[in-house]
Amino acid sequence: MPTFRARRTATSLGTAALAAMLLLTACSSGSSGGSADAADGKVTLTVDLFGTFGFKETGLYDEYSKTHPNVTIKQSDTQDEGQYWQALQTKLAGGGGLADIQGLEVGRVASVMQKQADKFVDLKTVGAGAVNDGLVPWKAAAVKSADGKVLAAGTDIGPEAICYRTDLFKAAGLPTDRTELAAKWSSWEGYLALGKEYVAKAQPGNVWTDSAAGMFTAEVGQQKVRYADESGKPVYDSNPAVKSAWADSAKLVADGLSAKLPQWTPEWNKAFTTGKFATLSCPAWMIGYIKGQAGDAFAGKWDIAAGPGKTGNWGGSYLAIPKTSKHQKEAAELISWLTAKEQQVKLFTKQGSFPSSTAAQGEIKALQDPYFNNAPIGQIFSESAGAMPAQVLGTEDGVIGKAFTDALGEVERTGTAPDAAWQHAMDNIKKASGN
Amino acid sequence: MAITTTTRSPRPAAPAAERRPRARRASRAAPYGYLAPFFVLFAAFGLFPLLYTAYVSLHRVELQTSQQMDWVGFQNYTRLLEDPFFWNALRNTFTIGVLSTVPQLVMALGLAHLLNYKLRGRTFFRVAMLMPYATSVAAATLVFAQLFGRDYGLLNWALSSVGLNPVDWQADTWASQIGVSAVVTWRWTGYNALIYLAGMQAIPHELYESAAMDGASRWKQFLHVTVPGLRPTIIFTVVVSTIGATQLFGEPLLYEGNAGGGISHQYQTLGLYMYEQGWSFFHLGRAAAVAWVMFLLIVLLALANAAIAARRNRTDR
Repeated sequence: MPTFRARRTATSLGTAALAAMLLLTACSSGSSGGSADAADGKVTLTVDLFGTFGFKETGLYDEYSKTHPNVTIKQSDTQDEGQYWQALQTKLAGGGGLADIQGLEVGRVASVMQKQADKFVDLKTVGAGAVNDGLVPWKAAAVKSADGKVLAAGTDIGPEAICYRTDLFKAAGLPTDRTELAAKWSSWEGYLALGKEYVAKAQPGNVWTDSAAGMFTAEVGQQKVRYADESGKPVYDSNPAVKSAWADSAKLVADGLSAKLPQWTPEWNKAFTTGKFATLSCPAWMIGYIKGQAGDAFAGKWDIAAGPGKTGNWGGSYLAIPKTSKHQKEAAELISWLTAKEQQVKLFTKQGSFPSSTAAQGEIKALQDPYFNNAPIGQIFSESAGAMPAQVLGTEDGVIGKAFTDALGEVERTGTAPDAAWQHAMDNIKKASGN
Repeated sequence: MAITTTTRSPRPAAPAAERRPRARRASRAAPYGYLAPFFVLFAAFGLFPLLYTAYVSLHRVELQTSQQMDWVGFQNYTRLLEDPFFWNALRNTFTIGVLSTVPQLVMALGLAHLLNYKLRGRTFFRVAMLMPYATSVAAATLVFAQLFGRDYGLLNWALSSVGLNPVDWQADTWASQIGVSAVVTWRWTGYNALIYLAGMQAIPHELYESAAMDGASRWKQFLHVTVPGLRPTIIFTVVVSTIGATQLFGEPLLYEGNAGGGISHQYQTLGLYMYEQGWSFFHLGRAAAVAWVMFLLIVLLALANAAIAARRNRTDR
């Protein structure tokens, strides 16, 4: 018996030390700490996000504070979701430094549901159990546990289309009409064929699209089953849909249609203000990104058309409340409001984040965007979302997707043979996975 | 605890000792007392983490479920030795180590030699050389990453303006390793130069004077007076740079801003490999195993260095 106790003490001591070390690392990532309580009943809610959710940009926090004068909202965010996810994991393990509300990317929710469901508040217990009721069914189902807990509130989804530069198309003698283009690239073969035509006529150095990674992610995003099947079994190495997306992306590189830019890097950002690429795989939230990177000087030079297959989902997010939050009720109230129909409509109108609420989807159908030559973005993305399959989410989706896009980077930038690069992707996934 | 280790003096001068035994014991203990803070801190922040890391490395621990530790014996180690990415990281650590350490020390020696002359504005040059060392790794690496940009980098712009093909400083294996080494070299050359300079100033001036009288050129003076006189300093810098190169982490991490060390892991060092296992893939047990392998590697390197140094000293005598 004494030995047992000694071992337990050692283990808990060790765990405490581990937690302390993790905490130290977590602090260095410099995010806002917990929320402070004021004596006069005022509440400060901290929100920690990645990328651009657009809540602040759309003025939603100010609006909320008007009707809730006792609530102050502080937001912090990390541009790169990968880095955000790492920091979030460290904080969850250490149990400190978490905000009242944390954003979650769709590729990560399966992992959270399976491994960390006990670290987030069941929204039912704080009066927000109905938060996902009006959403497209798969979006709500992904964060509902087997025993009926609701662990996060759905924000946007990422229906796909193609964004293109009308000025470059015109200069190369290509049609610029949306319907005509959508017909020409109704399939990925058609998209590649038109790309070849463009490159033959365009200025030297100017190519068809930004990267093989963008096309691969978009094409895989059209599938119901991608990297894991309904039972959770990994199928990334055998799924014919993944293989065909890989083959198409390799062909894109072989035909010289890729600008070979790694996405989410400064080089990529800079290329938005050059003529380096003429088309871009465009989930709805990319609209806001293009406006941010290309700026006002490029207004009217971009347009949007339905993409190959006219559907697909790339990205989309959730908001969740960690159990460490001291203001779970107030936080739940805020996320219910932020993900409600009216706010989802506003976010799409200003930011391009496509609503996951079916009622909101009904209201934006007629919306046009002046930046994109008055493209009927409401109609294009609604149709894409309408045809979207209920995607099966795997726990390792984020890691697997990165391994594939890295390997495509090898194909386009170091001239690695596609077969060898495929093998590298397989090796990398094995290295990352938990066995 | 320090007091218990002090023993009574066998000296026969008993009377004085008997009169004030307590004070004597205290004065004996004083050095240990002064040393204690260091060792207490070392035990808490050096020894304990080291041992605890060893303990973790024998378990399967995932960050997401870090409360749960499953005993796996040496599986993390055997898996490591079978992992081609580990050997890749080891190879990269070695090549980047050579690519950065050798030019860095050679250049530092040359610079120190020049600074040892009576130059106008000598202090300015000496301070200027230490500036890179005082710059944060993050800031320096980010600037270098801009210089080495593929499409809009200054270096490729210069290359293309003289008619050469641009180089992909990120994706290409050798180019990217040279890029990372350039940051390391830039940061540490000045630091080593100052250490060499201090060593050089300890060499008696008469040696140079008599060498000059014998008609030795400055180059000959450097070769036959400076270098032999600097031998202990050179060994010190070699040891320190070797350890630094084995632990290389910040520069390759920030070069493209990810723990993979490039799309084909072409410049992933051991430090980065460990970080990737622990904080990108959340396998804390495996990361701990890498940490221990790195520790043993550094001990081996230090022993090898010491052996070589001892041997050279013996042959010199």
